Amino acid sequence: MFEKKDVVIIGGGPAGLSAATALYRLGVKDIVILERESKLGGILRQCIHDGFGLQRFGKSLSGPEYAQVFIDEVIENHIEYHTDATVVTLAPDRRIEAVTPEGVLSYSARAVVLAMGCKERSRGSIMIPGERPSGVFTAGSAQAYMNIYNRMPGRNVVILGSGDIGLIMARRLTLEGAHVAAVFEIQDHPNGLERNIVQCLNDYDIPLYLKHTVTDIHGNSRLEGVTVSEVDDSCVPIEGTGKIYPCDTLILSVGLRPDNGLLKDAGIEIDPRTNGAIVNEHLMTSIPGIFSSGNVLHVHDLVDFVSLESEALAESVSRFISGTLSHDRDISVKCGSGIGHTVPQRVSSGDGFSLSLRVSSVMNDVVIKVRQGERDILQRKMRKANPAEMIRLDINSGTVLPSEDLEVLVE
Amino acid sequence: MLHYFDAAIIGGGVVGSAIARELSRYELSIAVIEENPDVVCEASGRNSAVVHGGFAYDTGSLKARLCVEGNRMMDTLSSELGFRFIRCGKVLVGNTDEDLKQLERTMAQGKANGATGLELIDSAKLHELVPAVNGSFAMFSRNSGIMDPFLFTINLAENAVMNGARYFLSHKVISIARKDGRYVVHTEADDFSVKWIFNASGKGAKAISDMLGITGYRIIGSKGNYLVLDKRLGPLLPMPVYPVPSNTYMGIHVTPTVDGNVTVGPDAVNTDDFSYYGVPADKMEYLRESASTLWPHIDKKDVIRTFSGILSKWVDENGVIQDFKIEVRPDLAPCAVNLIGIESPGLTAAVPIARYAISLMAEYTSLKEKKDFNPVHESAKRFAEMDTAEREKAIKADCRYGSLVCSCEKVTEAEIIRAIHNPLGVHTMTGIKYRTRAMMGGCQSGFCQMKIEKLIEKELGIRPEDVRYLRTSSWVLSGKMREG
Repeated sequence: MFEKKDVVIIGGGPAGLSAATALYRLGVKDIVILERESKLGGILRQCIHDGFGLQRFGKSLSGPEYAQVFIDEVIENHIEYHTDATVVTLAPDRRIEAVTPEGVLSYSARAVVLAMGCKERSRGSIMIPGERPSGVFTAGSAQAYMNIYNRMPGRNVVILGSGDIGLIMARRLTLEGAHVAAVFEIQDHPNGLERNIVQCLNDYDIPLYLKHTVTDIHGNSRLEGVTVSEVDDSCVPIEGTGKIYPCDTLILSVGLRPDNGLLKDAGIEIDPRTNGAIVNEHLMTSIPGIFSSGNVLHVHDLVDFVSLESEALAESVSRFISGTLSHDRDISVKCGSGIGHTVPQRVSSGDGFSLSLRVSSVMNDVVIKVRQGERDILQRKMRKANPAEMIRLDINSGTVLPSEDLEVLVE
Repeated sequence: MLHYFDAAIIGGGVVGSAIARELSRYELSIAVIEENPDVVCEASGRNSAVVHGGFAYDTGSLKARLCVEGNRMMDTLSSELGFRFIRCGKVLVGNTDEDLKQLERTMAQGKANGATGLELIDSAKLHELVPAVNGSFAMFSRNSGIMDPFLFTINLAENAVMNGARYFLSHKVISIARKDGRYVVHTEADDFSVKWIFNASGKGAKAISDMLGITGYRIIGSKGNYLVLDKRLGPLLPMPVYPVPSNTYMGIHVTPTVDGNVTVGPDAVNTDDFSYYGVPADKMEYLRESASTLWPHIDKKDVIRTFSGILSKWVDENGVIQDFKIEVRPDLAPCAVNLIGIESPGLTAAVPIARYAISLMAEYTSLKEKKDFNPVHESAKRFAEMDTAEREKAIKADCRYGSLVCSCEKVTEAEIIRAIHNPLGVHTMTGIKYRTRAMMGGCQSGFCQMKIEKLIEKELGIRPEDVRYLRTSSWVLSGKMREG
């Protein structure tokens, strides 16, 4: 038997919690959150450092504190949620099955919110050569071992990748008594936020080597060391530059990808640039009634933007349920020169929306333009544009005409 | 401590475990002595997982005969032992006149070997079988297939244990002495006094053979590297696609796995280092390029993992690869069955190899069949393969079926806990992985490894620093951060 719900939200992390609380405020109360972990909060639970909430709340919170604001609201309003509930089926007709220790929960939803977050790129996905000893962890796994499970991954550490979690873990491991030899980044610019370079590396005298990568892994049982080589301008290792760093632990902070397994099952169209769903300005996917926000849609730099995006999503879902979501055109948003990806990828009405994008490389003194045909809809001058930072542009209602495709580009 | 057994099998890989299982049909006490903490650490768990047809080996060779037998037997073994085997067929694709001649030779050899279901097919039939393949014609081997090499080996071993055999894992053999008509096998842990020895130690076979006094074998390692591709690609590849083989090498092929991934490989590089499984960067690129000439869907972004395996080949003084050697040498080492050069098709032929080895033993001693031998390994259905009603029922019976530990592969806490308490006493993280598929999915253990590590600690009552990954000293964690 399928229980009918107005909205089923898959994922009880920042995106799902923000969507749920915003929906409730909008009067959509027949909702349920399905969370696979034993507690609400998502990945924020293991992010015990501060720096969350500066945009959304105007103050610096730790990850659990940020999540708790929303969890309190869920509990106060008696919003239904299930933890230890893993969704195993998402059908295109919006039927959902979740497995819990109490049995299988089955829903038939008027709208579904995909808020499953992201996963880390692994050693295999970036094809690091060498042996396969223990001691190679993704940064998030090491963080979970330390902050949730009270377990120490190792003592002598090398970090590959300057993504934010890698930087945070460099500090965290140092504070717990491990020796972090260095952070290596294959690109010519750091991949994490500037403030994390300062607060997590510089403050602890941990060197950051740009244009370096791990080219071999040594050890048949536990990791014994890694070979690190310099790379050329096309990120190809330069022969003869290899240097062995003895270590028992390698932490990989080499990028995040939307956790999009369920999307594939349901046949939702995926954007190869983001690895998340293709959505319109209402954050609705290629399947009517299935919406997506947060890191499963595209990887964000700040959780604050996940919340803002999910609150915008809640508005669209509420209108979808009341049948007032407009759809009078079908325009594509194209990535022009210098643009890595955009969200949304489609526009279906004249409603205003927030256009998120990342540039494809580090650039100085540029203008980002949103263009429709010969007409510039919007321009933003930027002194510095960095792929590590998400850029959000507000497109006002009525500015997109029901004619030609949009193009976003950097000049 | 000194243990007494009728027979010791040195090496618990697929051949050693097949011998243990087949020998446990008889009234004998059996010890399997394995150097690693699990039975799939070397070649048995590091291969293409293809069930071969038997056409690629010289007519009259043991390789040909035992492979054909093993292929025929695989359906029965699969249903008795509960590992997945799919008789999906395979194609060897060619483009040139020379390719065609070689395929015709291969086919004639296959027929002489007793392999059935071989036919030459044209481009239209080939593309009907494998839509995206690059090739003008092919040899189609209807009876070739793919299998789960981990559970084949593990379930052979567990079935042997059910029938009375004992496994001694992490017992590396140091020396063997012959005394009073018995062998004393001295290991880094316990010692064993036994009447019969089977040398099934794969990459270590020469060393054990030397210890037995059968010297002079020359073994070379042939290392093959592989890429593993995401499950997105499995549905696009209905069967393994091979190039036209040479006499000694099958070539780099693309192979679907029973779980829906695709493997690409192996290359073949001679090596004398049998413990180095590192995959070099240039090989990864070479594999991708080479296999892309057969099949167009190989993209770096779909690679989830790499691995390698090493075949131990017996060669003569000129370096020419020889047949399997399975022998008893009463002049040098009485009561010892020596297995040398068991390389491909060792996986397909494991059980016939075992039966052949036991038949040699039976020439010297009478074997009495047990009345209560049970060939069936009961395996519970995987949660991932259950329908909703079966899931409801399983959760009602044991609520731990309702806790998904690995969401990529849909593996539940109940299944992890059962795997932790496996009959062989394997306690490693990879032991759980090979038995359940947890940690094998797209996230490659990013979300589930901590939960599995915690369950191992709890179920076995051990400290975090005592949990191992694959090998004896592969510690996973340095300990707790804080007490409590």
